[in-house]
Amino acid sequence: MNLQQVIAELDLKPFTANQDYAGIEPSCGYASDLLSCVMAGAAKKSLWVTLQAHGNIIAVATLLELSAIIITEGAIPDPSTIEKANQEGVILLGTTRPSFYVTGKLWELGLRCQPD
Amino acid sequence: MAKDSLFQGKLVSEQEAEHITRVEELSYELKVEEVMASNPFTVTPETTMSEVLELFRQKRISGAPVLSGEELVGIISMEDLIKCLQNSDLQSTVRTYMSTRLLTIRNTDPSIEALKLFVNSHFGRLPVVNEDGKLVGILTKGDITSGILKALQHDYQEEEVRRYRASHLFEDIESDRSSLILRYTIKQGDFTRGGAASSAIKRALIRLGANPQIARRTGIAVYEAEMNLIIHTTNGGIIRVEIEPKQISITVSDDGPGIEDVSLAMRPGFSTASDSVRELGFGAGMGLVNIQRCVDSMRLESVYGRGTNLRLKIFLQEQEIVGEGK
Repeated sequence: MNLQQVIAELDLKPFTANQDYAGIEPSCGYASDLLSCVMAGAAKKSLWVTLQAHGNIIAVATLLELSAIIITEGAIPDPSTIEKANQEGVILLGTTRPSFYVTGKLWELGLRCQPD
Repeated sequence: MAKDSLFQGKLVSEQEAEHITRVEELSYELKVEEVMASNPFTVTPETTMSEVLELFRQKRISGAPVLSGEELVGIISMEDLIKCLQNSDLQSTVRTYMSTRLLTIRNTDPSIEALKLFVNSHFGRLPVVNEDGKLVGILTKGDITSGILKALQHDYQEEEVRRYRASHLFEDIESDRSSLILRYTIKQGDFTRGGAASSAIKRALIRLGANPQIARRTGIAVYEAEMNLIIHTTNGGIIRVEIEPKQISITVSDDGPGIEDVSLAMRPGFSTASDSVRELGFGAGMGLVNIQRCVDSMRLESVYGRGTNLRLKIFLQEQEIVGEGK
C-alpha cells in the first residue's frame, strides 16, 4: 500500500509540500508520543502516528528515515516546524481523529508488520 | 512583494510560499542569458516568406527575430507562416506577416520574469535584449525547462562529487593514524535546535561512505545524548565525534549537575524529566537505554554536582570502513 492510498483512505491533510506519495511504500507503522520509544521502536520507512506536533519530531523522522508522520487529534505544527520538515523532506500529515482510530485503520488497510 | 505563481499567474499565499520547491527557486536564480539560445537566426523585413519557410525547415526552428540593421523590429513565427501559406502568399515579404507588437526580456532578468510574460501574453518566444536594447538571443518556454533540468542535474552531480571526495578522505593522507574530529556545542534548553547535531553527524557519515545502518545507529545514539544535554544539564555541553576508518568514538561531556545514581539512570523507564518536558514527549526514561543498544561500548561516568562524561564507541567491520573509498 502506498502513501497516496493511505492519505485518501484516512482523509489526511498534508501540512508539508506535496511529494510523490504514490511512490512511497511505508514499511511498517509505529504509534507513540514518547520520542525515545519511537527512536527505539520505529523501523526505517515506518509511518509514525503521534499527537506530538513540535519541532523535535522532524529530527526523529530524519534520523529514522520515516515515510511520514501522521499528527492526530487535530494538533497543528507551527510554521517553523513545517519549514524544517520541508527542508528535510519529511512528510507531515494531519487528522482530527485520535491515534487509536488511525492505527486501527492502518492495520485494517493491511499495514501490518512484526517488530524485528 | 507578492510572487506570482508559475502556472496560474495568481497570488501565492504565505502558507503556499513555504512550499517553494528547488525548481521554483531555480527559476528565480537562473538568469535569462543562462538558458536562452544565443546568436539566433534572424531575418530582415525584406526576406521573402518562402525564404522563411526554408529557414524554419532547415534549421528546425519555429520563429525568428526580425532585424532592420541592428534594430529589432518584429518577430516572425510558424503561425505567421501558416497564415501566409493559407493565403498562398509565399512571395510576399516578412514585413507583411511579422508581428510588431514586441515583448522583449532583458538578458539579466531572472527566468521567472520570462515565465510570467509567457503566461500573461500567450507568446511562444521572447527576443532577449541587452541593456542597450540590442538583440542577444531568443527564449522559448522549452529553453527554460531544459535550463532548469540542467541545473538540477548539476546540483545532483555536485552532491555526488562531494560524497565521492569525502568517501576517499583518508585514502590519500599518510599518517600512522588518521581521524576526523567533529565538535558540536549544545546549549541547555535549546529545543528548537534539538537533533541538529545528530542529523549533521549522520549526514557526515553518509558522505564519508558509511554503511546506512552504522549512520543510523550513530545518529540515534548521538540524538539521545544531544537531547540529554538540552534537557538535563546546567550549561549544556559538548559532543565530540572522532571518525576513523575502523571506529567511531563519541564523547559527550557537560559540567553539571551530574547523575546521582548511574545504575538507576540506566534502568529502562527511569527518568528525572520535568512534567513540561514530558509533555513534549521526552523523559520516557529510554535515552541511555537506546544509546547502549546502538553502540558497541559505552562508559558513563558522573560525579553528582560536577558533571557527566559519556564515552561511546562503534566499531566498523571490514566492509563498513569509512573514508577509504571502500
